[in-house]
Amino acid sequence: MMKGALRPEAAAELIPEGASLMIGGFMGVGTPERMIDALVARGVGGLTVIANDTAMPGRGIGKLISSGQVARVIASHIGLNPETQAQMIAGRIACELVPQGTLVERIRAGGMGLGGVLTPTGLGTEVEIGKQTVEVEGRRFLVETPLKADFALIGAWQADYIGNLAYLLTAHNFNPVMALAGHTVIAEPESIVPVGVIPPDAVKTPGVLVDHLLIRAQ
Amino acid sequence: MDAKELIARRVAREIAPGMLVNLGIGLPSLVASYVPASLGVFFQAENGVIGLGARPPEGMEDPHLTDAGGGFVSAVPGAASIDSAMSFGLIRGGHLDMTVLGGLQVDESGHLANWKVPGKMVPGMGGAMDLVTGAARVIVAMQHAAKGQSKIVPRCTLPLTALRRVDLVVTELAVIEPSSMGLILRERAPGISIAEIRAATDAALVIPDHVPEMQLA
Repeated sequence: MMKGALRPEAAAELIPEGASLMIGGFMGVGTPERMIDALVARGVGGLTVIANDTAMPGRGIGKLISSGQVARVIASHIGLNPETQAQMIAGRIACELVPQGTLVERIRAGGMGLGGVLTPTGLGTEVEIGKQTVEVEGRRFLVETPLKADFALIGAWQADYIGNLAYLLTAHNFNPVMALAGHTVIAEPESIVPVGVIPPDAVKTPGVLVDHLLIRAQ
Repeated sequence: MDAKELIARRVAREIAPGMLVNLGIGLPSLVASYVPASLGVFFQAENGVIGLGARPPEGMEDPHLTDAGGGFVSAVPGAASIDSAMSFGLIRGGHLDMTVLGGLQVDESGHLANWKVPGKMVPGMGGAMDLVTGAARVIVAMQHAAKGQSKIVPRCTLPLTALRRVDLVVTELAVIEPSSMGLILRERAPGISIAEIRAATDAALVIPDHVPEMQLA
């Protein structure tokens, strides 16, 4: 249930040391940038970040990596952020690399109350190591566990006063799925409009999932 | 014509009218330039668009519309924007007609390695494992060798992307079809002999009686 609109600093205050965060976006597109700036300013460390990628230095999740606040990353790709790779090699970040389609389904399973995902992706590769496999109707699948997080930080295009969200083009990516899997959901819209302006069919994240909106950019 | 253009133009001929196709970043993305709009092909970018279009005019880029490499793109009429669950549902669920990916190694079993060089390059697999596992047809578009070393090898020494046998390998020297009998040499690049291809390839090749020259789009 929507609890109101917060300044980014106030939203960042909700997030404690060591929290797990799902952060929407794909190479920074659809990432809640003001929220991340506020987290960097707050300086809490030991964070776990679950996201498609870690963007690049100076953008999106890349800012949290550069500031040394991230202890653990679960992502599908870190290749365009050399700082993530350097911190991983130096042992400062524990990094779990997950196939992109598996990552989004693990998040979906977490958010939708499922016990996991059965996927053929990763069979016979390093991804299979240490995991259970099952056979269903003659086909073999990897068992992948669900993912949840303390917070989901969502980048949206429009929000209305009760937190209904709409997204633009390739800025959807992981956002609508993560909005189900965070215990507390904080959405950063580009604009906030009166209830009714977003047509019901255009709502991709129903407001009942959103706990807080960031106020409009000042 | 340079190697990359030749590879892209040959791969383009594999694309049939009305297909849904995912092109990897780098060399594979060049293929789109040689596919006529009249074919009605939709290109998918796994970050969330079906109907990827060309780079927009200078100053008209939209930061909400990029390809999977983060580059600005446009969208064609009939395009749809989708979230990552739908995007990978299309890929894994068998709804994607073709994917074209780069490769580090392909071996005699038709296995592809293209996501990791242990100790040197650990970028993450991104969508590659889902694409190779789920696409109806998998085409590897890559240069035949890297730093003088054949990329077509008896057995991959790099970590595999998937267990699935890829369907076709296109290089600047040859078109090779992995099969249960091994790697079949299907076509030669213009002016390239079978002996030259054999000399440049570490893996064993099955050579049919007739190996025609490539036709290019």
